[in-house]
Amino acid sequence: MSIERQEIEKLATLSRIAISEDTITEVSQRLSSVLELVDQLQAVNTDGVEAMSHPMKATQRLREDEVSEINQRDAFLAIAPDTEEGLFLVPKVIE
Amino acid sequence: MHNLTIAELVTGLQSKEFSSVELTQHFLARIARLDANYNAVITVTADQALKAAAAADKRLAAGNAPALCGVPILHKDIFCTNGVRTSCGSKMLDNFIPPYNATVVENFEKAGAVVLGKTNMDEFAMGSSNETSFYGPVKNPWASDSVPGGSSGGSAAAVAARLAPGATATDTGGSIRQPAALCGITGLKPTYGRVSRWGMIAFASSLDQGGPMARTAEDCAILLNCMASYDDKDSTCIDREVPDYSATLGDSIKGLKIGVPKEYFSEGLDADTEKAVRVALAEYEAQGAELIEISLPNTGLSVPAYYVIAPAEASTNLTRFDGVRYGYRCEDPKDLNDLYTRTRAEGFGDEVKHRILIGTYCLSAGYYDAYYGKAQQVRQLIQQDFEKAFEQVDVIMGPTTPSPAFKFGSKGDDPVAMYLEDIYTVATNLAGLPGMSVPCGMVEEKPVGLQIIGNYFDEARMLNIAHQYQQATQWHSLTPEGVA
Repeated sequence: MSIERQEIEKLATLSRIAISEDTITEVSQRLSSVLELVDQLQAVNTDGVEAMSHPMKATQRLREDEVSEINQRDAFLAIAPDTEEGLFLVPKVIE
Repeated sequence: MHNLTIAELVTGLQSKEFSSVELTQHFLARIARLDANYNAVITVTADQALKAAAAADKRLAAGNAPALCGVPILHKDIFCTNGVRTSCGSKMLDNFIPPYNATVVENFEKAGAVVLGKTNMDEFAMGSSNETSFYGPVKNPWASDSVPGGSSGGSAAAVAARLAPGATATDTGGSIRQPAALCGITGLKPTYGRVSRWGMIAFASSLDQGGPMARTAEDCAILLNCMASYDDKDSTCIDREVPDYSATLGDSIKGLKIGVPKEYFSEGLDADTEKAVRVALAEYEAQGAELIEISLPNTGLSVPAYYVIAPAEASTNLTRFDGVRYGYRCEDPKDLNDLYTRTRAEGFGDEVKHRILIGTYCLSAGYYDAYYGKAQQVRQLIQQDFEKAFEQVDVIMGPTTPSPAFKFGSKGDDPVAMYLEDIYTVATNLAGLPGMSVPCGMVEEKPVGLQIIGNYFDEARMLNIAHQYQQATQWHSLTPEGVA
């Protein structure tokens, strides 16, 4: 199974990863060879087989709806690339 | 002191043969002197370690020291450490200093362990050779032209080179067992849900599991006693009592039923590796165990299923690296989209990017059922293989890897060749079962690992079985040249 340039561009957009023009062929080759590997799954008969979600069939626990985290705003802001007045800063979104 | 096991170090510290400060200085000096040869450690935390060692010595003197008080260890750089850079082997997190400790790190702190630093690893744990690390590859202490395995290659090489008596590691598709095998040490991946994943940077959440690496099974038991715990903060952690893994090490294994899967001894397995594993199985027979040939018919599907599920979950988990809240951010983003796409293009290495793209493909509209849904069904079939086998046998044994450590660059161009390195290890992750690797021989002066796969939460028995083997053999105590 080979993967077309157009598809790579779509995946790059969905993943928010810029892919440079000169690597697109290489990326396409690597992805195609992995997809060829995983395409072996298509031949398996899985009729009536339940998809596995947890090895021990564990389900999510419920807990009381109460505050369990302490306020660490300053600690989290201190490691951010750019902040202002207690907020994370990003390039202007609205003109 | 560096040739002593953790069990011996605990005794030595408690009987005041040496102090934790002396021990810590000794290992820090070894790292400073020798790690240039291996590149196993990314960050050395000398000041904190010496402070912790001094505090440990006080507790030891007062006579109320906890289990690992004063014992130096290394953490894989995937576990968040409060105030200490946690890179996950990536440029993306090269500047990331977490404001909190992972539960595993917290557990070791409570047990009084002294953290010497953080070990090198494949970027975001994606790799089987440690070649994808932003900090450069780790070299195998047994052969400097060969890989140490991955992704926990730094932890494995550090333990093999006696830079620390034990280390933490993680295993998503073989990342504890494979490097343990290639570096000639002992490593255990526990049952999914046994060790908390909180604060362990996520790769594939339904497969990731932390575990110990050390030279002996006895030491792995001591480390797992501390590492395993129920944790409210990890919603997939299983609430189940943690047994004393050291208590049953001495039990007899007479009458043990060992399943030997024929699929693990087929095409692709190096002949000398097979020979070493067969000799180990014969040793078990000599100790009174019974070998029973079994079949795990869906083994061949485990690598394809894994390379859908792991990248799919990774592509979701790694969306959090967006250059906004922490980690790397590109220079002069011209708008928000440019900030995201360039931060991720520049911050992630090639293998990580490729896996994100594959995962995105498998989860995208129109493909979800054919890939992720299908892989989760195949995963059920793989689990059923094991269920059936465990009706008949107590444990399963085979090789950990198809061959000993391979040379750097030898699997560089073809991702599939590298992925097949995990052929014997990924199935246990897919099924959530515990697995371990124990040194069982040497091929061309490189170590070979015996894999032991247990039933759910059967870690105590696996450690017992591995310990009994190590009582009768010497493979675990061989030392690479230049290390002693």
